[in-house]
Amino acid sequence: MKPFTPEIHWDETVISIRDLYKSFGQNHVLRGVNLDLHRGENIVVLGRSGTGKSVLIKIISALLYPDSGTVNVLGLEVETLKHDELRDLRLKIGFCFQNGALYDSMTVGENLAFPLRRNMPHMSKRERDERIATVLEAVGLSQTINQMPAELSGGQRKRIGIGRTLILRPEIMLYDEPTAGLDPITCTDINNLINEVQKRFKTSSIIITHDLACAKATGDKIAVMKEGRFIKEGSFEEVFSDNDELIREFYDYNFIQ
Amino acid sequence: MGSTERSEQPVITKGIDKFFLNFYDILKFVLRFFKEMFTPPYEGREFVRQCYYIGNKSLLLITLTGFITGLVFTKQSRPSLAEFGATSWLPSLISIAVIRALAPLVTALICAGKVGSSIGAELASMKVTEQIDAMEVSAINPFKYLVVTRVMACMLCVPLLMAYTGLVAMTGSYLDIHLNEQTSLAIFVQNAFEKISFLDFFSSFIKTLFYGFTIGIVSCYQGYHATQGTQGVGKAANVSVVISMFLIFIEEIIIVQVINMLR
Repeated sequence: MKPFTPEIHWDETVISIRDLYKSFGQNHVLRGVNLDLHRGENIVVLGRSGTGKSVLIKIISALLYPDSGTVNVLGLEVETLKHDELRDLRLKIGFCFQNGALYDSMTVGENLAFPLRRNMPHMSKRERDERIATVLEAVGLSQTINQMPAELSGGQRKRIGIGRTLILRPEIMLYDEPTAGLDPITCTDINNLINEVQKRFKTSSIIITHDLACAKATGDKIAVMKEGRFIKEGSFEEVFSDNDELIREFYDYNFIQ
Repeated sequence: MGSTERSEQPVITKGIDKFFLNFYDILKFVLRFFKEMFTPPYEGREFVRQCYYIGNKSLLLITLTGFITGLVFTKQSRPSLAEFGATSWLPSLISIAVIRALAPLVTALICAGKVGSSIGAELASMKVTEQIDAMEVSAINPFKYLVVTRVMACMLCVPLLMAYTGLVAMTGSYLDIHLNEQTSLAIFVQNAFEKISFLDFFSSFIKTLFYGFTIGIVSCYQGYHATQGTQGVGKAANVSVVISMFLIFIEEIIIVQVINMLR
């Protein structure tokens, strides 16, 4: 359970998805997805591999476009935005990739400075350094500032990936499998970090995972995805009190693990 | 028989579809390059960095290859000219061969191998590890930052490297001629440039500009569209070199024909 009560504004929707469909050839990945994310809320999207979870957040950040349906982010219809409008919107959305996606040729400090230099060219060096120091402190890796990504562990790479996203002070965070491939202790650290980010930076988040511990620790709401649509939504307890075969399978598998 | 016909027909159609779709993709990529090239903001710092890498990567190999090319070509040509007692024509012959054909081709082929494979592999690796997507979601234009800078750096550096290759090849040639015919540098230079016109320099410059563009755009396209994880990285590097070299020879034929018409 969460160690704090998040401040959720139920009257303010930051992401609203309606009747979303997406196919890749004959592979129908999303088949009518509906979702509302409120300001300050963390929604965990649970599901097996290949159910369309990552495609969903890639559509939200306009890395992919839907075949039909609407995605409204902070009051803007994503698929209708012009280049400059999309650029401005992307500054408000943070996307944390599964493996961190750190730029190999840059140090940790340069990885964090890069989005700032590109998007806020008038920011002074002192201000930039201060912001980098704040973010590194928030993810607990201040000592890695001069290290190259290749010198970091998997957990550290994910933390720096989250830090690089936070550097632009986004309102929305999208996490793609934040705990995949990590040991249980590092998973707990990442879960705590996701909660810390929600509390400290007042973000609203969608967390894509198949890890129940992560879902339980970070989600204010759980949405279970099966074959491209949500089959169950609610709090962790509500969802897992269900006797649906898939949900039981999920629970048993994670419990055994 | 009937079943064979049914299974073959879609394969052909699929092949044609794939060819035109690929062609359309490449055309879009090239047009986007020209559009982004003239649209601010300009990535000056990254462009300079890429120029340094391209020059730095190829310089040693180009020095060696250029020198050996000039030296060997001189040695190979001497017996034929000696039969007619025309060894004094060696500087002119070598300079025509080096400036019109050898320097541009040798430079382009080395750059296709060294620079093309490196750009293809680097961008492919960034693609499969989602670094390009990470730029996109950070509101950074990855096409402008990664593709435009690299293609432009190739377009600037390949002509410069060609000039350097020509100089080194002529140095190799001079050393051989000086040792065998005791020709002075002043006479060598005078003879070498006697038969060379502005059009020769200009056509070589234009050729290498096209070669640089080809190497840059082909390797960036292959890298930018890489798939299949680490296997895709190797494939992108390999295909970048093969297609670049193939296109360089095609361009060589076309440009030589055009220049000969102008001559």
